[in-house]
Amino acid sequence: MLNYILRRIGYGVLILVGVNLFTFILFFAVNTPDDMARLNIGGKRVTQEAIEKWKVERGYDKPLLYSAKDEGARKLTNTIFFERSVQLFAFQFGASDSGRDIGYEIRSRIGPSLAVALPTYLLGVMATVCVALLMVFFRATYLDFWGVTLAVVLMSISALFYIIVGQWFFSNLLRLVPISGFAGGWNLAVFLALPIVIGVVARLGGDSLLYRTMFLEEIGKDYVRTARAKGLSEAAVLFRHVLRNASLPILTSTVAVLPLLFLGSLIMESFFGIPGLGSFTIDAINAQDFAVVRAMVFLGSVLYIIGLILTDISYTLADPRIRLA
Amino acid sequence: MPKPVFLVTDIALGLLLAALALYVWHASRSADLRATWRVVFRDAAAMSALVMLSLFLLVAALDSIHFRSLLPPAEGAAADAPAAYSTRTYSLLDHLLRKQMEGTERTYSAPLSFQSYSKETVEVDGKPVREFPRLVHGGAHLTDPQQQWLPDIAQRSALGIGGGLIVALLLAGVVVVARAGSRRIAFADCARAVWRRETEVPLRAMLTTAGAVLLVVGWVAAIWPHYHVLGTDRTGNDVLYQALKSVRTAIVIGSLATLATLPFAIAFGILAGYFKGWVDDAIQYLYTVLSSIPGVLLIAAFVLMIQVWIDKNPQLYETGLERADVRLLLLCVILGVTGWATLCRLLRAETLKLSELDYVQAARAFGVSNLGIMRRHIFPNLMHIVLIVAVLDFSALVLYEAVLSYVGVGVDPTTASFGSMFNLARTEMSRDPAVWWNLLAAFLFMLALVLSANLFAGAVREAFDPRARAFRPRLARSRAAA
Repeated sequence: MLNYILRRIGYGVLILVGVNLFTFILFFAVNTPDDMARLNIGGKRVTQEAIEKWKVERGYDKPLLYSAKDEGARKLTNTIFFERSVQLFAFQFGASDSGRDIGYEIRSRIGPSLAVALPTYLLGVMATVCVALLMVFFRATYLDFWGVTLAVVLMSISALFYIIVGQWFFSNLLRLVPISGFAGGWNLAVFLALPIVIGVVARLGGDSLLYRTMFLEEIGKDYVRTARAKGLSEAAVLFRHVLRNASLPILTSTVAVLPLLFLGSLIMESFFGIPGLGSFTIDAINAQDFAVVRAMVFLGSVLYIIGLILTDISYTLADPRIRLA
Repeated sequence: MPKPVFLVTDIALGLLLAALALYVWHASRSADLRATWRVVFRDAAAMSALVMLSLFLLVAALDSIHFRSLLPPAEGAAADAPAAYSTRTYSLLDHLLRKQMEGTERTYSAPLSFQSYSKETVEVDGKPVREFPRLVHGGAHLTDPQQQWLPDIAQRSALGIGGGLIVALLLAGVVVVARAGSRRIAFADCARAVWRRETEVPLRAMLTTAGAVLLVVGWVAAIWPHYHVLGTDRTGNDVLYQALKSVRTAIVIGSLATLATLPFAIAFGILAGYFKGWVDDAIQYLYTVLSSIPGVLLIAAFVLMIQVWIDKNPQLYETGLERADVRLLLLCVILGVTGWATLCRLLRAETLKLSELDYVQAARAFGVSNLGIMRRHIFPNLMHIVLIVAVLDFSALVLYEAVLSYVGVGVDPTTASFGSMFNLARTEMSRDPAVWWNLLAAFLFMLALVLSANLFAGAVREAFDPRARAFRPRLARSRAAA
């Protein structure tokens, strides 16, 4: 078990190296720092001095891979590659292109992101599992048929629509909750209620169809027939046997996204003015702050890999038959 | 004679349609594929969806034939002077909807309205008065709008819907006559069979859908020349026209982005599954790296880079439209380059399974080359997975485009798209009174497109993946009774 996890972590680091090289090539080899400076300062008639000044201020004036004029180890460390890419492995994100400390921003923004993403995720899984179980319980009736139809319709509506209409209806029309914002203490619940509800509803259609398929796949198996033959009620069969066994494929699809909750939801946070990592990323994209985008790409891959490892571990916890080797 | 303009996405879309036609020809010659597709054609929901999808495709196709119109010769120009063309590029759809495209107002106006949405200061008899100014085009033919507006709308609606109804009935009649003629049965028998849903293809459902669409089209055709059916946006452009233009963007992204994933996914998937060993390891590493980066961020990184490249090479595009179009194509390519991991994983697993089967072993024993086995024996047996994933991805991509445009890494801001309509709607809905028609238009068109795509994709999956058929919601009791 430990051996396996260590091997997985080793592979994860290997993948991070790949991600890092990939982003480095994308950001520094496809376009030179000069091009980025020009785009960032704006306009076509940018003087060469302004570009040089912009690059010096952000440390982009160094050589890419190999600094010939330095001594010893500095030949390799005094380069853009070392400062901008290698240092990410030590979680040294450096300063953003607009001069702020990215590490500090990430630490202070993770909390708000989690405050929205975690309840949305937990409530979402609970709601979709309930809806899916209901559809399976009432399978081959009109409830199942119309449930599936409704789910397909819900699935076909853009998340943006849910957000805009939700904000308009609950905040503008009924004035139940504030349109957007964020506060500490008890007020938090008021600000978070709407984004969480919308987040759950927006994913309900697609996910409940997916879970319904997973349950139906289980329900045709022999142990279910045995349970019914024993004289168990349909509810007992569903909730005690099918749910337990179907939780394995559900785990695969949900545990992997768990660490990514730290990144928050891009559109939710920007619509509701929540100062989390999602809105940080959107602002960076709009301001064309490449340093922040690079840092978030790296952070995202780290979290994704943690998610993959967690999924493997959760298998053994949910199903003692599985042994990792 | 107008000068035709071939935008890159026009060409790509044309090639796609050609490939589609080729597939239809190929499928019609193979008994296996014919039988599988017949399962799709029996599904009422899927066929109704197909009617809607073909309508959207028609709009997209009309909007994909571009030209620059010939300008009248300048005064005093020599007779043999080279012909001058307009600097603006129009599509066939623009040409058909000239009046709607050019009939812009000053700012917001509500659907079917004859006056502006907000009060403005107008000078009446030398005194400034606050009132709702009349629109330039919407309801311009009314002399006394307060009295005439409602009767005019009612009359035109009745005319349009009546016209639509007549066309729908004619269509139904033609279909029944054609079917009766080819089967050599009486018209009444054939009509009864259609009505009682006894036909092989669900003609009743298809005709009902087509009829409903014709009613709406008839109504719009009667109203649109004189009013803005779905109002106007902030700069006074007709919202319905914008929504129709957005259909092409959505279809281009949905189809071309899927198409762009195919070369990577198919080539890498087959190579990894067939050769195994280090080739498999390398390809698995490659797609794990790609899929470990959160999707939106990866696309954002690519798009930011592309933007720098486009800004650096302005000489490549003659007009703003071409520039926006190149960006649209590059966005599709980016979605393809970043999105092939899922399909590749599926194809690799299937190839692993196939390459152990007897017929592949036999081919190997006969000395068929590796390339030959992959091409002749493995690739054709993967096609059903490719088809299922392609149709499922279409609707997901259409929805994704809206999110990407909101994040700011989607299509060019000058390209009409559902994402940019939602983007505008966000601020419009918080106005008081709310401007709701932009949101409604984007919602209706997107729902119709994505829902049809989802329904069609569901039927295709059921037909090509026998496992999926078990999960179809069916009414056991009613079927047992029947």
